[in-house]
Amino acid sequence: MKKLDSTVLARRANQIKEELRQKLRKPYKQVIDLYWGNPHAAGVKPLSFVRQVLAACLYPDLVKSNTLPVDVRQRAQSLLGECAGGSVGSYTDTAGIPEIVHRISEFITKRDGGAPSDPENIYISPGSQWSLRNILKVLVNSQASPRTGVLTPWPCYPITNFTIKELGGVTVPYYLSEEQGWELQVEELHRALDSAKGLCNPVTLYVINPGNPAGYVQSRKTMQEVIRFASEKRLSLLADEVYQECVHGEKSEFLSYKRVLSEMGPPLSDTVELASFHSASKGFMGECGLRGGYVELVNLDPDVMKCIYKLFSTDSCAPVLSQIALDLMTNPPQPGDPSYPLYSEETQHIKTMMVHNVKRVFEVLNSLPGFSCQPVEGGGFAFPRLHLPPKAIQKAKEMEMEPDLFYCMRLLEEAGVLVQPGMENGPKEGTHHIRFCIITPEDTMEEMLSRLSSFHTQFMKDFS
Amino acid sequence: MSSLQEGDLILRGTRAPSRLQAARGTEESAQGAEKPFQQVMDVSTGDPHRAGMKPVSFVRQVLAACVYPKLLDEKSLPLDARQRANTLLGVCSGRSVGSYSATAYGIPYVCKSVTEFIMRRDGGVSSNPEDIVISSGSTKTLLMVLHLMASGEGETRTGVLTPMPCPHTLPTLLNMAGLTLVPYQLLEDQGWAVELDELHRALRTTRGHCSPRAIYISNPGNPTGHVQDRKSIEEVIRFAATEGLVLLADEVYQDSVYGQGKESLSYKRVLFEMGKEYSKKVELVSFHSLSSACMGECGLRGAYMEAVNLDPAVMKYLRDAQAPSSPPVLPQLALEVMVNPPTPEDPSYKTYSQEILHSMTTLSQNAQRACEFLNDLSGIKCQPARGGIFLFPRLHLPPQMVEEAKMLGVEADVLYCQRLLEEEGVRLGAGCENGQVDPNFHIRLCVLAPSDTLDEILARLHSFHLRLLERFP
Repeated sequence: MKKLDSTVLARRANQIKEELRQKLRKPYKQVIDLYWGNPHAAGVKPLSFVRQVLAACLYPDLVKSNTLPVDVRQRAQSLLGECAGGSVGSYTDTAGIPEIVHRISEFITKRDGGAPSDPENIYISPGSQWSLRNILKVLVNSQASPRTGVLTPWPCYPITNFTIKELGGVTVPYYLSEEQGWELQVEELHRALDSAKGLCNPVTLYVINPGNPAGYVQSRKTMQEVIRFASEKRLSLLADEVYQECVHGEKSEFLSYKRVLSEMGPPLSDTVELASFHSASKGFMGECGLRGGYVELVNLDPDVMKCIYKLFSTDSCAPVLSQIALDLMTNPPQPGDPSYPLYSEETQHIKTMMVHNVKRVFEVLNSLPGFSCQPVEGGGFAFPRLHLPPKAIQKAKEMEMEPDLFYCMRLLEEAGVLVQPGMENGPKEGTHHIRFCIITPEDTMEEMLSRLSSFHTQFMKDFS
Repeated sequence: MSSLQEGDLILRGTRAPSRLQAARGTEESAQGAEKPFQQVMDVSTGDPHRAGMKPVSFVRQVLAACVYPKLLDEKSLPLDARQRANTLLGVCSGRSVGSYSATAYGIPYVCKSVTEFIMRRDGGVSSNPEDIVISSGSTKTLLMVLHLMASGEGETRTGVLTPMPCPHTLPTLLNMAGLTLVPYQLLEDQGWAVELDELHRALRTTRGHCSPRAIYISNPGNPTGHVQDRKSIEEVIRFAATEGLVLLADEVYQDSVYGQGKESLSYKRVLFEMGKEYSKKVELVSFHSLSSACMGECGLRGAYMEAVNLDPAVMKYLRDAQAPSSPPVLPQLALEVMVNPPTPEDPSYKTYSQEILHSMTTLSQNAQRACEFLNDLSGIKCQPARGGIFLFPRLHLPPQMVEEAKMLGVEADVLYCQRLLEEEGVRLGAGCENGQVDPNFHIRLCVLAPSDTLDEILARLHSFHLRLLERFP
């Protein structure tokens, strides 16, 4: 089972990068790679405070020297005190260092306007995919007949769909309304659930907010409808919220599913089963290479919680540095701390960068015939729609490729721009999209848009 | 709620690790109950830093500079550490440890360093970077291989020959992966040696019950401390060859052979020195990790496997298994430093070699001292260890205690460890976790700890054990 059908694209990209390294002549000097949400590779700088604390935790001599700011040293010292033997090289409790888990729960409560959060319900994991996978393992009974169904959005983050199928489950797509800014309409949830009758046994509803790849931020009203639907249909809710720090739209506000659920009060707040996921890979930190994530589990059956513990404990614990990264994400420097000015400046810079990028993307792509782009209110990606001329679609068919993959291959080859074809995010008849990361320096975004515009104009002409 | 109760049935049969009770329980007891000890001393797992051992300075200096590149100009860090960090940052996308790396099987530069290490270790036997897969910890790496083998139900369910005792995490892993554990007993009276007849017996008795496809072995032994000689390794290889079994060799403690006259030999090396008849045929996967004795970097979570003679399609699967993600970057860099340490011309060499020498000396002295000490206690018999970081002494427990354990619904060695923890604040591992069953009660302790810490642990164990003997004369 192939995880991604566009591996041919990734392979060709690696080849081209190698050719460029060997100074082979091309119409471009380097490949602009916005395929994955990989901010540091795209040129975004890591947050200084985070890296300073991690360095001091790795090499505690730095705690004693004056090389680093005093609050960095204090934080590192405090964190090392929470590690067995004062070293980041020791194993920790399965769910994570208890003090860090505790602080994460405090972060959640603060974020959610006071909604209580129990540290016992939180697991730190090496990346959010690991915990999502474990939760899915518990939900998806690989031996069941009919097979377990999971409602997933179209468009969706590809790995989730793949994981569900790999575990023996069935994905049941519900279509977000592109023309209404990717709105999730509850009638569509009903339709999707009905479509599953006789084909599988749906047990879970997976939502992504802010969206990936589509750049929406859900309204409280939508979220309440989703929660009521889940409750009515006895589905558990998996809320992938890793892009919660990426909100660009002026009128948009991120609300967590936990908060909305909690504020709906009993009986819903006591009964709807919810797993929400967050990560250090996205947002301002962008520390994908560190692999740090957590899941908060709400209203799950105690026996199920035991199963989950066993699953998590098969791999002793998340890397300690990842746990520390999560702690720094949820407990950043505060006004008054020596590191606060720099921290604030760096995060503000990234925020401004993202807002600027999504504005430019919206302007540029909507000015090109053959492209239409919804406003990117949140998340790490743009997911514009391609309106391909019939000749291009025909050519793609001849080459036995999906049309959006065909477009992406050409874009890579001729313009040195690597983006993900929309087909990876789930099929939708008659539509084609591309996905690219918008967490990248402004000049990289500008360069990419410039190359894309030139390429696109030529492409549309070639196939007119 | 009903939806979640339809969860995967395999999980319900899995025995919860005893840490489940211990972990949550300790938190409760730590809150307020009066204890006769200050702090729990935990040597139940192979976690040297927890016990107080210090990390290798060079490793941490390189990693710190990789994480915070401004340190590349920091004069207080040795020049060679900074140069290494600079080189390693060069192989990270965007020169950041925070990027996903380009390949799912490990950063090619690191894979190459690993193969160079292997070739040096094995007297020139060649090693190919394409046979190396890196992952975040040996559990993950092993699981990747186990998942591949898992198939069938009942009689056709894949079986793995597993030494008894085995690493305490292994039985759960095999269960999770849907594999049948086929035990082969190691010979305790011969220092936990591997016996060929026993391998044959295990295989014979299991046919018809499952489909054995692999044999797992750890060398140096975890938790036994046994180090196989060439003859023993050859026997296992021949057995695997004849019976068509994949050899899974856990060699994490390869850097900790200390017994007199003992030589550290890798399965790969012995295999190749047996000639083409075996070296071209036997399927071997060997595992190594940052949790080794000298590094002790369990919390960093980094490991690799070297696969020999596996089907190309299988190799491709293993290399793609983590796609489109990639293993965390920092542990990979730590692996690179582990396999490519300072050499005599380097400024850091002196400190590095002193630190390694100190670890090894501490380990071998501790192992010897602890073994003698334990053997002096009535009711405890300990085989001498020649490598690895554990001791695995046998307990001859009073029958009344065994009875008491039965009534409480736990294994007697678990009860022993629980009582020891409650009364003396020392946490050891219960031998049943390593597969030893009634009446072969054992305890497991990691002896890679500062000497005075070990002495304190032994003193408390002594005190507890004597009280126990008095209680049950």
